[in-house]
Amino acid sequence: MGKQTPLFQKHLTAGAKMVNFAGWDMPIHYGSQLQEHNHVRQHAGVFDVSHMTVIDLTGSGSKAFLQVLLTNDVEKLTVIGRALYSAMLNTQGGVIDDLIVYRLNDGYRLVVNCATREKDLQWIEGLASDFKVKITERSDLAILAVHGPRSIDIVCDILPPAMVVPVRELPNFTGVELPGDWFIARTGYTGERGVELIIPGEDAPELWDLLLDAGVIPVGLGARDTLRLEAGMNLYGHDMDETTTPLEANMEQTVSWQPESRQFIGREALSKIKQQDLSNAAILTGLVLEGRGILREGQTVETDKGDGVITSGTFSPTLKHSIALARIPAGSSSCLVDIRGTLTPVRIVKPNFVRFGKKVYDQDAG
Amino acid sequence: MSNFPDDLKYANSHEWVRIDDDGMAIIGISNHAQEALGDIVFVELPELETVADVKDEIAVVESVKAASDVYAPISGEVIAINDTLIESPETVNTDPYGEGWFFKLKPSDLSELDELLDADSYQEFCNEE
Repeated sequence: MGKQTPLFQKHLTAGAKMVNFAGWDMPIHYGSQLQEHNHVRQHAGVFDVSHMTVIDLTGSGSKAFLQVLLTNDVEKLTVIGRALYSAMLNTQGGVIDDLIVYRLNDGYRLVVNCATREKDLQWIEGLASDFKVKITERSDLAILAVHGPRSIDIVCDILPPAMVVPVRELPNFTGVELPGDWFIARTGYTGERGVELIIPGEDAPELWDLLLDAGVIPVGLGARDTLRLEAGMNLYGHDMDETTTPLEANMEQTVSWQPESRQFIGREALSKIKQQDLSNAAILTGLVLEGRGILREGQTVETDKGDGVITSGTFSPTLKHSIALARIPAGSSSCLVDIRGTLTPVRIVKPNFVRFGKKVYDQDAG
Repeated sequence: MSNFPDDLKYANSHEWVRIDDDGMAIIGISNHAQEALGDIVFVELPELETVADVKDEIAVVESVKAASDVYAPISGEVIAINDTLIESPETVNTDPYGEGWFFKLKPSDLSELDELLDADSYQEFCNEE
């Protein structure tokens, strides 16, 4: 038996097939991950992501600390509640984790991956001793993500009246702190509109029931993976790990190079790499197989410029064919994938396949 | 729908066989198999007139999770395939013993059925897995 979120019993009641995910008992689906995926794209679904790690930072040195810790610059968070997607690098420029950082009224909140929890906390706590910052892991909090075209309307229908206006007014990628230690933000991992509700664990079961009564269906980790891959979003441990730099993981946009005086960890190593000839360097890009067959992680990719590998692959329920993220040499123009022994031609596209329910790729990556 | 219809024989690789009134063998995969695979998105069926020996790889079923080989539970020649599965592979999930059949074989040696499991033995086998 693994660790359980406050919604463990609710998952069983909803008919979940449970699996062990990084030491947690989590729902992989509740009957059909294809149906759950489609329901998120067409209506609204709720995910229990309470297994993820929430870390609050307070203290006068928390901003300076994050400016060293993260590739993205929290200076950009000029508005309380605003969020950034960022990488956290080691000194060789390899990605320790990807995460979201929110600016709170007092300090900051990081949401990092579940599987990297111990490693991340050790890294963060080790560096924090040089700064006036207090690190508090918030294992008392649960996280429900509600996504889909109807998500925000339904959430606003069931929230206490005082919360409705602040949530309705939320700009994208911004959150708001609410009474009872509730935090609601317009962030997510599906490419649909929606909110993530970070709330005390004891409030989660009631919120879950209200959402299901309002017609939101429970969605498992299986559909979560097909949704995020359609949206071109990376999964740590698959699309990148500590041996990968942001340049090789389609994450350069998380690196805020200016001002040059901001010496974030990994900057020096990344700068050296940027000075090299990168015309054949590994990049992360998208692949589509519009015929039959499924692209899967680990399959070898042969391009006109050398070999690569598929880092994440699946069947896209929205597009009804296979899509993948792959690490291949930059500038590749033709591509074959070894699918169970057969070299199959695939198309190289920008690593973003579906947004707001619609196909978005229609040109080859450069 | 019973999970283990007792008019069928089963291989421990999770295929089932039904002999129809003409003595032809109808073959599919069991409910246990479709549940383990999850949502099925592609089925690769054999060509007509393919001659298969027992335990040959004869078809492939691909779910969102993984690709899985289907093995001939008995030897024979492929005389029909279920085209519905090309357009609607999810039929294997919703009706694995009925509309979700994969192909039909003209058996070359009906005694091979004796090597297969009956419903009770197959159910025991699944419970132990």
